[in-house]
Amino acid sequence: MKLPLMGIINLIHETEEMGALTAGRCLATVPFGGRYRLIDFVLSSMVNSGISNVSVFAHTKFRSLMDHLGSGSNWDLHRKQKGLFVLPPAMENQTDFGKGDLYHFWRHRDYFRRSEHDYVVITRSHMVCNIDFSLVLEQHRERGADVTVVCKRWPNATTGLTRKARLDPDGRIAEMQDHFGRLASDIVSMEMYVLRKELLVDLVETSLAQGKDHFVRHAVLSRLGELRVEAYMHEGYLGVVNSIPAYYRHNMELLDQKVWRELFFEPGPVFTKVKDEPPTRYRDGSTVVQSLVANGCEIEGEVRNSILFRGVKVRKGAVVRNSIVMQNGVVREDGTIENCILDKEVEIRKQQQLKGSADMPFLAVKRNVI
Amino acid sequence: MRRNECIAMLLAGGEGRRLGVLTKDLAKPAVHFGGKYRIIDFTLSNCVNSGIETVGVLTQYQPLVLNRHLGIGSPWGLDRRDGGMHVLPPYVRQKGGSWYKGTANAIFQNIGFIERYDPEYVLIISGDHIYKMNYELLLEAHKANRADATIAVISVPWADASRFGILNVDEDGKVLEFEEKPKQPKSNLASMGVYMFSWPVLRDALLRDDEDKMSSNDFGKDIIPKLLGEEARLFSYRFDGYWKDVGTIESLWEANMDLLEDSPALDLNDRSWRIYSVSPNQPAQYLSPEASVTNSLINEGCVVEGRINRSVLFHGVKAGKGSFIEDSVIMPGAVIEPGARIVRAIVGENAIVGSGCQVGSVDSEHIAVVASYDHIVPEIPLEEANPL
Repeated sequence: MKLPLMGIINLIHETEEMGALTAGRCLATVPFGGRYRLIDFVLSSMVNSGISNVSVFAHTKFRSLMDHLGSGSNWDLHRKQKGLFVLPPAMENQTDFGKGDLYHFWRHRDYFRRSEHDYVVITRSHMVCNIDFSLVLEQHRERGADVTVVCKRWPNATTGLTRKARLDPDGRIAEMQDHFGRLASDIVSMEMYVLRKELLVDLVETSLAQGKDHFVRHAVLSRLGELRVEAYMHEGYLGVVNSIPAYYRHNMELLDQKVWRELFFEPGPVFTKVKDEPPTRYRDGSTVVQSLVANGCEIEGEVRNSILFRGVKVRKGAVVRNSIVMQNGVVREDGTIENCILDKEVEIRKQQQLKGSADMPFLAVKRNVI
Repeated sequence: MRRNECIAMLLAGGEGRRLGVLTKDLAKPAVHFGGKYRIIDFTLSNCVNSGIETVGVLTQYQPLVLNRHLGIGSPWGLDRRDGGMHVLPPYVRQKGGSWYKGTANAIFQNIGFIERYDPEYVLIISGDHIYKMNYELLLEAHKANRADATIAVISVPWADASRFGILNVDEDGKVLEFEEKPKQPKSNLASMGVYMFSWPVLRDALLRDDEDKMSSNDFGKDIIPKLLGEEARLFSYRFDGYWKDVGTIESLWEANMDLLEDSPALDLNDRSWRIYSVSPNQPAQYLSPEASVTNSLINEGCVVEGRINRSVLFHGVKAGKGSFIEDSVIMPGAVIEPGARIVRAIVGENAIVGSGCQVGSVDSEHIAVVASYDHIVPEIPLEEANPL
């Protein structure tokens, strides 16, 4: 059954402190978990929930996004009816770039008008989770909320940038902060908002008329008194990936088999762009323990507590420890890396030794030879 | 290659009786191979990589799994507006109709399909073989020789030659003689079952073959010898790469093991000649702190907690704690429970090998096989075997 819900993945002014990882790509296409991009998690969740109409509001550096999403066929979103829409910024002049998401929603107002669905879910791309949005919509309708915000009780939120929220005893959001502040609460917002499409269109127009253009700050938070804004509590895994320490930590969490199983299989599978790599080849003398290894790798050396993306080569005598090596990385003979993140196509020379620390891993820039 | 200058007809009806329980519910071309693929992926990928974008796939025996795998051809980029992949099962006509009687009859029944594309050349291939071959080079040789038909050949060991269709050729590669499974072979050049025909020649031969009531309607047995007798221009095309007919349990196992050699003759990691297949869409494989893996091929979605050596694991295989897998092929979704031992074996799709079971042995001459969806439990209850 199709949900009367349209999905919007909002990439406009995404909050990120990802340094070199987002130098040439948007946050949505940062590689994650051995073979995925961040956007795959929310996009697959939408598709598995029965959402058949998804739009991605692209903003900057979206070449890799277009390349990754293509026609949407990998998510079964290449349809005659509905399907996937990538909406680049439609601006009148350069200064419009700086305007908030409400302005960009307004520029694409025809898109909202044409959709037949009554409800909208607006998300970001960096919340790594596997969630059933039909349950969020169900609670939204049952409670008669104006806006439902997906939240997570997250006592050890230390790394990623999140909004903290305080709830009323009846689950209504009483207070929510920006990414900083001293709000004493262990509940964080997952930046996923369900509301009626009509209400959204109304919020867009009234806010812009008042000179306000930020969806969360202006349209929702400033109306906590007048709108019924409720929380939906997500029980599954969550990784908030918008800083380097958070990126490293949440990747490493996947090495816990329970997290691996939960994130990748429940409630549905996570889809990504197919790459047609052969199975990974382990050669004589390889030692690989407690690691996540994607296809197309060739391993002759030692890999411990690490994540290897597709097509990575670890040569004889090389050691990879507590590290993340992205697509087509090479660690040559007797090279050693520890607590490192290698962006795509980084090559570590023979006998080279690289070491970062667990709370601030060494980050190698894409296509670098070290 | 000009569009539709050459189209391919892929024979994928093979029953694969010699593969026993592995082909109980599926045709031979759909049998799993190489950790990720099915046998037919190799020929389909060859077509695409050679620039052939119109492929008729002739199916017949147990087509359900095969059809599901083929879909609309998108994994191979064969979902085209014009051309692309077409599945061609036998069908009933106004005046009867029948199953495909032989390889030549299968093509004969689809003359209508071929004529729609009006090609100059037709490539006949079979979905039963593992090899990487550029058919464009075969076509070039065919054109250069102004041949009516060109047969791809490979040198086989003299001892095996009597199992194949053997060609005797002159120094230009012109075919002088063709013998199907000769007792005393005069050459070790075996036909690979890959034929390039000039379409008018093939069409004519097929029409005449159909009228011949004595014919078994087979390329190797009937069409080729007949053309040779009529002094048609038949040429051989030598292929030097890896080629294997994976028709038996032993050869299927061997071909999988060949991939584990130091520099395998069939390189799956060759970026210039990718083998495409349906993506199982599973997360990266997980190796636990207890895992030990050497000299193996492992696909996505596997969870390895045991010891793996010289083996091929397909997607979604689970190898529990203390399990041991050596010289074996484990098909998709199979579960090797903690403490089980698998040696010199093929474990079928979604089979379960229970805790403490042993499948196969080092000194066995034969490869042990566990059928798909089978559940192997220890003959002696575990409590009795290991009294506390």
